[in-house]
Amino acid sequence: MNKTLLILKHEFRKILRSKTFIILTLALPLLLILGFGVYKGVQEWHHPAAPEEVKIGYVDEIGMFDEYTNQSDVLFVLYQSEDAAKQALLVKEIKEYFIIPPDYLSSGLITRYTMAREAAPSEKTRGQIADFLISNLLSDEVSPQIVERAKTPMLLASIRLDESGEIASGQDVFSSYVLPMVFVVIFMISIFFSSGTLFQSVTEEKENRMIEILLSSVSTRQLLVGKVLGLGASGLIQVAVWFITLEIFAEVASGTIPALSDLSIPVSVLAWAVVYFILGYLLFAAIFSGIGSIVPTAKEGQGLSVIFTLPAVLPYYFSYFILTNPTGALSRALTFFPLTSPITAMIRISTKAIAPWEIALSIVIIVTSVVVTMWVAAKLFRVFLLMYGKRPALREIVRYLREA
Amino acid sequence: MNTVEVTQISKSFKGVKVVDNVSFNIVQGEIFGMVGPNGAGKTTTIRMLMDIIKPDSGEIKIMGEPINEATKDRIGYLPEERGLYKKITVTESLFYLASLKNMRRSQAGDRATQLLERVNMLPHKDKKTEELSHGMGQLIQFIVTILHDPDLVIFDEPFAALDPVNTQLLKDIIRELKSQGKAIIMSTHMMNQIEELSDRILMINKGRVVLYGSLGEIKSRYRNNSVFIECDHLPESIAGVAGSKNHGKYVELFLDGQTSSQVVLKDLISKGVMVDRFEISTPSLNEIFIQVVKEAR
Repeated sequence: MNKTLLILKHEFRKILRSKTFIILTLALPLLLILGFGVYKGVQEWHHPAAPEEVKIGYVDEIGMFDEYTNQSDVLFVLYQSEDAAKQALLVKEIKEYFIIPPDYLSSGLITRYTMAREAAPSEKTRGQIADFLISNLLSDEVSPQIVERAKTPMLLASIRLDESGEIASGQDVFSSYVLPMVFVVIFMISIFFSSGTLFQSVTEEKENRMIEILLSSVSTRQLLVGKVLGLGASGLIQVAVWFITLEIFAEVASGTIPALSDLSIPVSVLAWAVVYFILGYLLFAAIFSGIGSIVPTAKEGQGLSVIFTLPAVLPYYFSYFILTNPTGALSRALTFFPLTSPITAMIRISTKAIAPWEIALSIVIIVTSVVVTMWVAAKLFRVFLLMYGKRPALREIVRYLREA
Repeated sequence: MNTVEVTQISKSFKGVKVVDNVSFNIVQGEIFGMVGPNGAGKTTTIRMLMDIIKPDSGEIKIMGEPINEATKDRIGYLPEERGLYKKITVTESLFYLASLKNMRRSQAGDRATQLLERVNMLPHKDKKTEELSHGMGQLIQFIVTILHDPDLVIFDEPFAALDPVNTQLLKDIIRELKSQGKAIIMSTHMMNQIEELSDRILMINKGRVVLYGSLGEIKSRYRNNSVFIECDHLPESIAGVAGSKNHGKYVELFLDGQTSSQVVLKDLISKGVMVDRFEISTPSLNEIFIQVVKEAR
C-alpha cells in the first residue's frame, strides 16, 4: 500500500481511538439530546395550573376609577381607605395595593405598597395597573378600539430590505444570530482541535524519538501529508457528526418546540461550511506542523502558536459587529485576511450577507496561503525535524528557507 | 556489487565541515565498523546514507542506485536517537513499522513472533511500550530494525543502555545476520565493540577518514614489533631483542626488526625460561586511534 496512505490510516485510527476526540465529538449530540429531553420532560410533567387570579387593592381618592376592575389575570379591589387596604394586604387578601391620589391627573403619581421584596415592579404588574388606569381614563371619551390601541399602541414587525429593495432573507433571530454563532464555535473547536492534534503528533514523534525511525522508511513529504490528511479526515468526521446532529435537531425541534418552528439549516450553508472547514484546517495544519517541526517539545511551541491562534479567534470577538455590519470594512477585511477568513466567511454565509465574488476571493486567498505555508512547513519539517536541542532563532529559520 | 558505495561526500552545518570528503564501500556479508569519538560525523554520515539529510557534495549509492523508496524497504536502520510509540502495544508498533517497509501483515506476524521469542520478549507483546523498561524498549527497537529482513542493516550505537546479557544476545544476532549475507554497518564510539565484531572499519575524526580497511590489516600495520612476556626470569640477552620495557606484571620486548617472534620464543625456551604468557603485541583500536590522531597533528 502507498506509504502516505499507511500513515494517514495510522494517524486516523489513533485519533479515532483517543478519548478526547470521542468525548468532544459526542458532546454536542449528547448536549442537544439532553436539552431536548429536558424540554420534553418539562412539557410532560408540568401542566401549568390555570393562573390564579391575583387581587390588587387600590384606594381611589379621585372617584373615577371604578370600572374595568377585571383586567387579564387580575382583579382590582377597591378599598375605601388606605388602612382598610393595608389590613387586607397584611392578611394576604390582596397581593398589593396602590393609591390614586387626588392630584393624580396632574401629577401622574401612583404609590404602590407591597410586601414582596423586589428591585422594581414586574413588567406584568406595571402593564396590568397601566391597563386598568387607561381603561378607566378613556372609556368615556373614546371608542373601545381606541382604548385597546392606547393600551397596546403597536405590535412591531420589522423587515430588512436588501439593496434591490427586495425583502432580505434570513430575517429570523435564529438564522441571523444563533446559526452564525453556532458555526463560529463549531469551527473554532474543530479547526483548533484537529490542527492542535497535528501539532502534538509532530512534536510527540520528535519527543519520543520516532521520527528518525519513520524517516528511514518514508520521506518527510509522505510523513507530513499522511499526518495532515489523516488528522484532517478525523476532523471532517467530527464536523460531519456535528452538522448532521444540528440538521436532525433542527428538523425535530422545529416540529415540536414552538419557539423553534422556523429552525432550518440550508444544505448550501452546510456545504460551504465543509469547504471552509477543509481550507481552514489545512491552513492551520500547515502552520502548526511548521511550528511543531521547529520546536523541540510541544510545551515550547505553545507560545509560538498563540501568535497565530490569537488572530484566528478575532472573528469570534467581532462576531456581533460582523453580524450587524456584514458588509462593513472590518467584516470585509476579516473575510480576506487568511487567518480569520474561514470563520468570518462562514458567519457571513450563514447570514447570507456575502457576495459570490467575496466567497471566491476569500477561497483564492486561503488556498494561496495554504500552498505557501505548506511549502514552508515542509521545508522546516525536513530541516528541523532532527534537531532536538533548542529552538532555532528566527534568523536561522529564514536562512534555511532561503537555502532550501 | 557493493551494497553501499559512498564517494567523496561532504556536509557542513553553519560553516563547519561535519563530514569532509568521506568515501567507502560496503559489501554483502560483512560487518562494517564505523568508529570515532563523539561528534566525529558518524551519525551525520549515516543520516546521509538514509537520505534523511542531503550531502552538500558527493554521491551515495545503495544497492547500485541512489536511495529511493524501494531501497529504503531493504534497509533496516536503528538510529542513535530512537524511541517507540508509548500508547500502543508492542505488536501494533511492530506491525505499523513493518507495514511502512512494505511488509505484509501475515509475514510480519510470523517473523515478529520469532524475533520476540529470540530476545525473550514474547510475553510482553501485548503491553504498551510505556510499560516496558528502558532495556526492553531497546530490544523492541532492535527487532523493529531487522523485522522486515533487510539486506542492509545500520546500527547506530546499538548497545547503549543494554545490560551485558542482552548485549551478548544482540551481538549473536548480528553475527547471524552477517552469516546470512547481510551487509551490516555498526557505528559506535565504543572501539572495543567494533574490535570484537567488525571485519572492516572506517575510523573518522572531525569529519575526516583517518583509517579505512580490514581490521586485521590495520592492526598488523600498527603493530609496534614487540612481544609481551610473563615468565619466572629473563636472561641477560635474548636473540633478536633490541630492548625491553618493564610494565610491572609483564615485560615488553622490542624486536630488532630482522628476527621473528618464533626465534625469540625458541631462544627463551632453550635458555630454560618458564614462560606463562607470550603474546605478540597488537595495539587496541583505541591505542591506534590515539596514535593516528597524534600523527595527524
